[in-house]
This record gives sequence, structure tokens and C-alpha cells, in this order.
Amino acid sequence: MKKIDLICILCPMGCSMEAYVEDGRISKLTGNRCRRGMDYAQSEVFDPRRVLCTTVRVSGGKLPVLPVKTEVPIPKDMLKECIKVLAGVRVKAPVKIGERIVKNICGLEVDVVATRSLPADK
Amino acid sequence: MNISREVVVIGGGPAGLAAALEAKKCGLQQVTIIERDNELGGILQQCIHNGFGLHIFNEELTGPEYAHRFIEQVEQLGIEVFLNTMVLEIDADRTIYAASRDRGFIAIEAGSIVLAMGCRERTRGAINIPGTRPAGIFTAGVAQRFVNMEGYMPGERVVILGSGDIGLIMARRLTLEGAEVECVLEIMPYSNGLVRNVVQCLNDFGIPLYCNHTVIEVHGKERVEGVTIARVDENLRPLKGTESYIECDTLLLSVGLIPENELSKKAGVEIDGITGGPVVTHRRETSIPGIFACGNVVHVHDLVDYVTEEGMIAGRGAAEYIKKGPSKGKPVRIKAGKDIRYVVPQLICPQEIEEDSISLYMRCSRPLGRSRVVLRSAGGEKISQKVIPLGRPAEMIEFKLGKEQLQAMMGHEGFEVSVFER
Repeated sequence: MKKIDLICILCPMGCSMEAYVEDGRISKLTGNRCRRGMDYAQSEVFDPRRVLCTTVRVSGGKLPVLPVKTEVPIPKDMLKECIKVLAGVRVKAPVKIGERIVKNICGLEVDVVATRSLPADK
Repeated sequence: MNISREVVVIGGGPAGLAAALEAKKCGLQQVTIIERDNELGGILQQCIHNGFGLHIFNEELTGPEYAHRFIEQVEQLGIEVFLNTMVLEIDADRTIYAASRDRGFIAIEAGSIVLAMGCRERTRGAINIPGTRPAGIFTAGVAQRFVNMEGYMPGERVVILGSGDIGLIMARRLTLEGAEVECVLEIMPYSNGLVRNVVQCLNDFGIPLYCNHTVIEVHGKERVEGVTIARVDENLRPLKGTESYIECDTLLLSVGLIPENELSKKAGVEIDGITGGPVVTHRRETSIPGIFACGNVVHVHDLVDYVTEEGMIAGRGAAEYIKKGPSKGKPVRIKAGKDIRYVVPQLICPQEIEEDSISLYMRCSRPLGRSRVVLRSAGGEKISQKVIPLGRPAEMIEFKLGKEQLQAMMGHEGFEVSVFER
């Protein structure tokens, strides 16, 4: 049996919880003050995901960098690899907000999109 | 250049955008936004992380996406915008003096004004960190602008002083961009930021948070070489014998935000000593009739959704001032009572309120467990109360007052908001 400490972030209470994991399920959860803590623990223990927000380099634009994000949360342990991929991306201005910058990043079937429009530099 | 406009909004960030849109929607034709930067959006343009708009749009947008929703409306409604224009001074008679490269020196006679200048960051000088003055010391917001808009890394080995949200967000941002963030130091016994940020910005990356600690000396001649840190006592004084040295080339300061009120003070607007912003009524009108204020210039917010709401109130107030003239009611004071640091608005005129409900915004002055926030009249009569499961100074409390409560508030000399722990 494994004991995992985690802090729930669903509301400002920030309950410090202990999840006891046995046979691939949470057999016991302590420290949560409401049921939502269990939902959070379930996803955080077995499939923690995060939205990745970063920037990519732009040429010919009003700014040298363009803010982007993954459209949906991706597995937490893939953040480092996706960052490496995005570090090598070069985009040409102009860019429209929502434009797909990288499709299916790291084979995760998640696209990376621009979070602002960037006009070309005159 | 000498012109006149009905409503002039100073600042094109989320507060100014909301105010201008509301004034236009109230039917005014001449609404102008004056913005010193080369685009609208204010601080949102550098806040590329998500979490904005949960209340207003029920979505988690990034800063630029949130700004875009309002900038698009400004363009659609044809609101006039002066970019790259700095307001230098405002007179009590509501004449605005501004300057830009394109228009030169401008004098604008404004029917009403909305102050939406936001806030600035507290600096090293303000907190007197001893030591040398090498390159490599930045406030967290400046570092954020450098990374997210100018495309520069401020350094490679970073120590962050202050665990407010900006410091936490930058701890993650710099780590994602390849820097080594050694630690985040917090002088108080508890972190100042959202729990979500402590988890997703520090815990996720194994960055330690040292509470009850501060930087007591900076080292390095041309460039930061390291900092000496120490534990502090309950009076926030460094404890001898607890010093340790951390090698780094960058020190980020996230030690507080101050409403930007140089223009307001020069114009003679009354400032609240606790918030650092103008004393305002429920319409967000300042002590000078026809001058309104909203957003971080009034009090530093945590959620941009509340900034937008406040901007709409001020915009509506500025529009009503043009349409109906100055308000005639005599507002009464809402005081901050036990364990409440401040309340906004500080003044209220219940008989003038047309809306079905209004909100009071406040912060508690220390961390509290489950508590009751109570609104009483100056005479001691209880008007309304709200139970909060937790009180954190870092999280603003919204206290809604409905028709019944507003009715009960008529005719009193003043009010007080206090909080009582169970």
C-alpha cells in the first residue's frame, strides 16, 4: 500500500490530504473536508494533468515571442518534453489568436494554440 | 491640441476596458481610452498563464485571451483609443493634460473621468535590502514582461523573495524556460498566494518555499553572485545564527503592489491610507465629483473578474454623471471593524442605489478559520452577515447586499464591517 500526500486545489480551503493507494485504486482518503477532494485525488494520483502555457519565438512580428497554450491539460510528466519541442518552434508573423501552432504535440493528440493575435512589424 | 470628450478613461487594462464599454453601452457617444502602452490590455498581456475569467466567462483563459474579449468589443463599438499617450496631469475641473509622439501635447476637457491606472510594484529600495547593488535584481512583474513579451531571460539561477502570486507564477515560468529556481522566500509564517499556485508552481517543480525567511544581504559587484538569507522572529526581525548563503545570479522581488495614484493625488483626490487608492462611493466616485476610479488603482485585486465588475460600476457612474448630473445624496461611511483590513466602497448612499444588489469588497487582516462577516449600522444594528469557511488576507471577500439589506440600510449615519472567528 502506498501513501500519497497531496493538497487539494479545488477551493481556497486547500485541504492537505493523504491518499492510500492499493491495487490501483484509492482505498482510503483522509484530510478532505468535502467529497470533491476525492475527485481531485482520483485524477491527481492516477492521471495528473496540466495546461502548459509558454511562449514560442516569432520572426517579423510586433513582439519577438508569442504566448501559446495546450488546448487541454496534458499529462504532467510530459511537460518537460513538450517544452523542449516548443523551444525549437519558429513562427512567422502575422498570427491570429487561436491559430494552431503545433498539432498533436508529442503524439498526445493535443494541439498548441496562440493565445493572442500578433501583427507583423511594419 | 485642445479637445473635449464626454467620458475619458485613463488606462486601457481590464478596469479601463470594462469602464469604457459600460459607458458606451449606457448611450454615450464620446468615450475615449487613453493608454500609455502601444496596445490595450494592460498587465494582462504579460500574464500568459491561465486561470482568468472563471467567474465572468466560466472558462479558464490566459491573460491575453481575457483581454482580447474586451478589446474586440472596444473595436466593434468604435470607442476612441489614444495609444502611446501618457497622461501627465489632471485638474480638479476635469481637464486632462497628456502627451504623445503623434499628437504632441493634448489638453482634454472631460465631462467625467475614470481613473484606471492600475498599480506598480514595491522595489528593493522600498524594503531596504542591504548589500551591493549589482545587476540582476528585478521585481517579478518586470521579469515577467522581459520573458513573456520582450523575449529575454533575466538570469539562470534565481532566488525569489515573496510568495505572492506573481512570485509563484514566475517561479514556474522561469523553470519552464530552463532557469534553476533555488527557492521562494516568504517573510510571513504563511504563503501569500493562492493554494493552487503553491501546488502548481512550487510543489510540481520541487521548488522549496521557506516561510519566516527573508534576504538580509545581496552580494556581487557587477552582477548578483549570491544572497544571504535568514530566519525571522515574530516581529519580522532576522534571527542571529540562522543566516545561510545561496549562490544565484538573479534575485526576483515579489514584495507588494501599490496602487498608482500620482495623478489622483495631484488632482486633489482623497486617498485611503490603508488601500493606497481613492476613497470611493458605491458608484466608485472619488471625492472630486465627476472623477471615478476602478480596478487596482482603488485596491489591489486577486481576480480580474472583480476588476471587470468594478470597471463596469465606474463606467456606469461616469455615464450617469453626464446624463443626470452630479448625485445629490449624502453618502455615509462604511468602516473596517474587527479583523477587517479595509472595505471598498468606503462610502455608500443606500437611497441612491437603483440596482437589485451591490457588493462590498474586503480583506481580513489576519488568517482566520471558519468565521462570520457582519455588517452593522453605526448604531449597532445588525444589517447582514456572511459565513466564510476560511479567512485569508490574500483572498478578497465579496459581501453581497440584496434589496432587503439595502432597504434596512436607509437612514443610518454609517456602517461597520467586522469578522468574528467561530
